[in-house]
This record gives sequence, C-alpha cells and structure tokens, in this order.
Amino acid sequence: MSDAIALEGLERNYGDRAALSGVTVSVPAGATLAVFGSNGAGKTTLLRVLAGLLRPHAGSASVLGSKLPDEAWKVRGKVGYLGHESLLYRDLSVRQNLEFHARLHGVTGVDEALAAVGLERRAGDAIRELSKGMVQRAAVARAILHDPPVLLLDEPRANLDPAAAEALEPLIGRVSGRTRVLVSHDVERSLAEADLALGLRAGRQEFAQRADETQVRRLYS
Amino acid sequence: MRAAGAILRKDLQIELRTRQSVPAMALFSVTVFVLFHFGLDRDEIEGSLASGVLWVTLLLATVLAVSRLFAAEREDGALDGVLLAPIDRTAVYLAKAAALFLYLVLLEVVALPAFAILLLGPGLGGAFPELLAIVLLADLGLAGVGALVAGLAAETRLRELIVPLLLLPLLVPVLIAAANATKPLLMLNPAATDLGKWLGFMALYDIVFVLLAVAVFDFLLED
Repeated sequence: MSDAIALEGLERNYGDRAALSGVTVSVPAGATLAVFGSNGAGKTTLLRVLAGLLRPHAGSASVLGSKLPDEAWKVRGKVGYLGHESLLYRDLSVRQNLEFHARLHGVTGVDEALAAVGLERRAGDAIRELSKGMVQRAAVARAILHDPPVLLLDEPRANLDPAAAEALEPLIGRVSGRTRVLVSHDVERSLAEADLALGLRAGRQEFAQRADETQVRRLYS
Repeated sequence: MRAAGAILRKDLQIELRTRQSVPAMALFSVTVFVLFHFGLDRDEIEGSLASGVLWVTLLLATVLAVSRLFAAEREDGALDGVLLAPIDRTAVYLAKAAALFLYLVLLEVVALPAFAILLLGPGLGGAFPELLAIVLLADLGLAGVGALVAGLAAETRLRELIVPLLLLPLLVPVLIAAANATKPLLMLNPAATDLGKWLGFMALYDIVFVLLAVAVFDFLLED
C-alpha cells in the first residue's frame, strides 16, 4: 500500500514556541492514524498543516504525493477537514452552505449529503438556529460533500448523540474506506479503530506506531 | 470565475438575510448629512463644499462596509472552508470587490437623493450622466482598494484600527479626483470642467490598484 500521508521531521512554530517538532510518521492509503496528546500538544496544528491551512516551517510533509506547502493547491479539494469549528456560515441555511461548498468544489450531491447526515427536514434552517449536534452533522456533510480520499477529523463525534454518531460512521468512520487522521480524547474507541497511533507531548513526538492503551494513557499523566 | 461567482452569490445571500452592511452605510450617510445640515447651519450648499461633504461622507461609509466585508468569514472558521476548496484565491478578492461595489451602488441610490434633499442647493438631475460616470469610477476604486484592505485585515486582531488607518490614505487620490470632478456639477450653474481629466485619473487609479490587488491577494490569505 502506498503512503497517503508522509511526514518527516515536521516542524511548525508559533513565534518562538514550537507547536510541532520532529514529527515523523507515514500513513498508508485507507489506514487510520489516531493522534493523541493533552491540550496544546499540537494535534490541531498537525491537522491544519495537513489540510494546507498552515505552512510547515521545517521538515517535509506530503499528502497524496503532493508536497506541502509548495503543492498545497493540489491537496485542496482532496481532504475533508472537520475541525473544532464548523467552517459554515451562521447566517446561511444548511442547504445554502452546502450548495456554496458544492459550487466551490465543482460537485453536486447536496441532497444526498443532507440525507446522509439526516438533515433534510432542517435544510432550510440557518446554522445559527441549529443545536450543536445538528451543526456538527452539517459540518460532516460539508467535509464529505466532495468525496475526499483523506479525512482530517478533530473530535468528529463531539456534540453528537450515540444514534447520530452511529449514523455518520459510513461517512467518516473506518468503514468509509478513506485515509483518516483522527484526533480524539476517547482513547479506547480511537485505538480500536486506528491502524497507527501518534503521541504528541508539547509538540514533540512521543511515539508513532501501533500503540497500546498504557502508552497512550501515559501521555495524559 | 465560477468560484468568484459562488462567493459573491453567498455574500449577497448573507446580506439579504442579515441586512447589515448596506442599511448601516445608508443610515450612517443620511445621519452625517443631517449633522452637516445642522452643523453648517445652512439649508443649501454648493460647489466645492457640497462636493467635499458628499465624498467624505461616502468614503467614511465605505469604511463601515470594508470593516464588515470578511465578518461572516471570521465566524466559525468559515474562511478556512473557502481556503480548503480547490480555487484560485484571487476569486475571493474579485468576489469581495464585486460585493463592495454593489453595496456602494445601493448606498448611493439612497445617499445621493438624501444629500440633494438635505443639503444641496442646485438639483442633481441636470448633471446626472456625468455624476453617474464619476460615481461608478469612484466606486470601482473604493471597492478595489477596500477589498484589498479588508483581506489584509481579515485575520488580524486590530482590524478595527487597521482598516481606517490603511484605507483612508489609500483612497485620498479617489477623493481628490471624485470631489474635483463633482465640484463643477454641484454649482448653481453646472459645468463639466476638466471632467475628462478626472475620469481618466480615476480609471487609471482603478486599473493600477485592481491589478496590484490581484497580484498580491493570494499572499494575504497565506498563513
């Protein structure tokens, strides 16, 4: 299997502070990398670098064979990013938001995406009128609308009730068949669905391998 | 152009839903005209004074719109959603400039009659074609530079300070040209003196700044 994501000595700083330092990991196509670390460990920064939203300051990073940041334009449109924020316009309806993103990506399938996340009946409601769980469902629809081969997921089940989380599994879960980088504090569940685990502590890589739960728990101590 | 069209359409949808920018600009302009009406203690003004009051007011109303041009993008990381799409980021600039241009035209539909009613001695009707050309060329410049400054300030914490401090000096040439072009039209006996010169100056300004913005805007949205 070829590597969908390859990082070698990746570094990223915010001013003088190193947010990521020496991160080296490869993720085969179709595999899931679970990223662990306490708050401020650099997990979200890693996802943003992989999405092409932040430039790496040293080391190398490639996604689907395209080097970042020089070929970030090739990566855009091939990743689905689900972050802490919905990346949706609060004053537009769910449908208007998805139609907007569909136009940007040059795709169709808004109705299908709405049906997949169970928001057909709330499609006309503005994002600001929805509960957090429904906003998360709309954000999932946005992230998978263009059928990206790579998913970057930051606490993807946040605010979702168990039934909704289960319903979204075919879209963003392991069964989706996509290459996934998954950030979650649900250690047990993340390990169960991950092929690889990356442990970060203050931006430094503690491990990148098939991790056991004890090793991951040690990160949070 | 597909992406620019999508972003422009989205901006207009948000403006239609929220009705924030254009009504605020119009209300601001009318309020300033009322203030001048009482502050100058005159029922009618003309010539350079009228031209100056009109264009300074429109310029300050532009600042309001520029400050809010990326407001929707700042909420819930919506700008990231746009930046993740496989589009040329110049599309964002073109869409924002087009939206600002439309807001300015709508503003002037309200502001010019209000100005004529509240302050202007001579009527605007006789010089309408010339005034329309001045307003459209000035609006192009205001929109072109306004969208550039809005993009520059979009991700900064001091945007409320950066926008007026950067925008107003950059718009001084438009103000000079527009005010000088308008001045003879607002006299008691309208005359289109040097109109061609000032229109040419504004057209040149518009072209230079739009090209400059297209060249640099991609870098403004880079991390």
